[in-house]
Amino acid sequence: MRVAHEILEHNAGAESLAIIGVVTRGVNLARRIAGIIEDIEGIKVPVGLMDISLYRDDVHSKLDQPIIQRTEILFDVVDRNVILIDDVLFTGRTIRAALNQINDFGRPRSIQLAVLVDRGHRELPIKADYVGINIPTAHTDRVVLEVAETEGADRVYVIRGALEDEDSVSLARGKEGKK
Amino acid sequence: MSRLSSRHLLGLEGTSRQDIEAILETADTFREVLDRTIKKVPTLRGITVVNLFYEPSTRTRISFELAEKRLSADTVSFSPSTSSVKKGESLRDTLQNIEAMKIDMVVVRHSSPGVPYFLTRFSDANIINAGDGAHEHPTQALLDMHTIYKKYGKLDGLRVVLIGDAAHSRVLRSNIWGLKTMGASVAICGPATLLPYEVEKFGCDIYTNLDEALDGADVVNVMRIQLERQHAGLFPSQREYTRLFGVNKDRLKRLRRNYTIMHPGPINRGVEITSDVADGAKSVILDQVTNGQAVRMAVLYLLRGRDDEGGVS
Repeated sequence: MRVAHEILEHNAGAESLAIIGVVTRGVNLARRIAGIIEDIEGIKVPVGLMDISLYRDDVHSKLDQPIIQRTEILFDVVDRNVILIDDVLFTGRTIRAALNQINDFGRPRSIQLAVLVDRGHRELPIKADYVGINIPTAHTDRVVLEVAETEGADRVYVIRGALEDEDSVSLARGKEGKK
Repeated sequence: MSRLSSRHLLGLEGTSRQDIEAILETADTFREVLDRTIKKVPTLRGITVVNLFYEPSTRTRISFELAEKRLSADTVSFSPSTSSVKKGESLRDTLQNIEAMKIDMVVVRHSSPGVPYFLTRFSDANIINAGDGAHEHPTQALLDMHTIYKKYGKLDGLRVVLIGDAAHSRVLRSNIWGLKTMGASVAICGPATLLPYEVEKFGCDIYTNLDEALDGADVVNVMRIQLERQHAGLFPSQREYTRLFGVNKDRLKRLRRNYTIMHPGPINRGVEITSDVADGAKSVILDQVTNGQAVRMAVLYLLRGRDDEGGVS
């Protein structure tokens, strides 16, 4: 709610806005923020969704090949103030990929970044314009976001040391999480 | 699960349903990229793909080249008429020399069946079969399947009739393997002289009467009569072939209402298909060409996901 107000304040209304959510959680958040903006301003802001897999910079590293999902931006981004929305901001590499992809769709007037959680540990010079909550974490912690649309409730978990031991993620869910 | 179980795409015979599904689903994503203003993604940046086309080709070669460029790969195209093949260099030597230049993937078309498999024996590159003799043409069949899937939302249970030269058509053979794996009911129709020895082993319905074959079909995929492979006189004349096996407007009445006309191209207009059918409202021939690029992008992307040890890179 607060982020939606901040976006409207910063852009002097919703006229020029377009919202793009990074799949999958970012899309839920994008739709919600668009809904709140519509309630406040009475303007339906176009919402797109974006999978950044094809723009990753780790194609040659030993990672699982991602299952690519759909990118759906059915509006012209040219001359719009695009609000890019992701759930958790960590290294900044996802956002770097998303920025490149948006530019392939056209040249927006501006791109602003909104995230629900900023957990730090940036590897690129990227900073969010709108942040829901700042959560200090260790590099090995994992932040898991659940949203009402898919998990039935809005929750944010920090699982300590989870990136050292991937199996602990499923066990820890619901036990040591904190809102 | 999007990775493929093989490092190469040599044919659809034996290719699993999971692998085919992964390619068709991934192609859907790349289809969207083709509708963008900038039809290019950086996914295969730094990857070098060599297109070895020992046989003439227009759409397959251009389609692969564009697919590679749209994935930001570096591409080199090779044609034997302007290479050392003219001086008698063997296929193996040609490829080993090219591979010594640090390439990652090879797209190969050759008039001899088995050449793509042969190349895998001494090359570390990912090999993609772009047509080997009368054996297989897997990406064409995959794009045919993708086109059908886009229209009906399924392949399971559809009745697909493949008309043409089952003995020589690699497109037809790849289509048979792929469609059957995906659960479609496949029928072949053509002159008895163009049905291969032990044709029943394909496990398809076999027809030598086109009208019977078309009864209740959902999809009609008309293959080109390969005049360049017809020196043996396997049918008396083009006119007779057209009369008995040419798809025309009158014959379409036998199909299901929501039927689809396909042709892998190039079309011999007025021979295997009339122009009004080829250009008609139910024809998806040009969609096939567009989808071909998306499918080839998907194949390149998915194959490049595997490293030399069979793991994922």
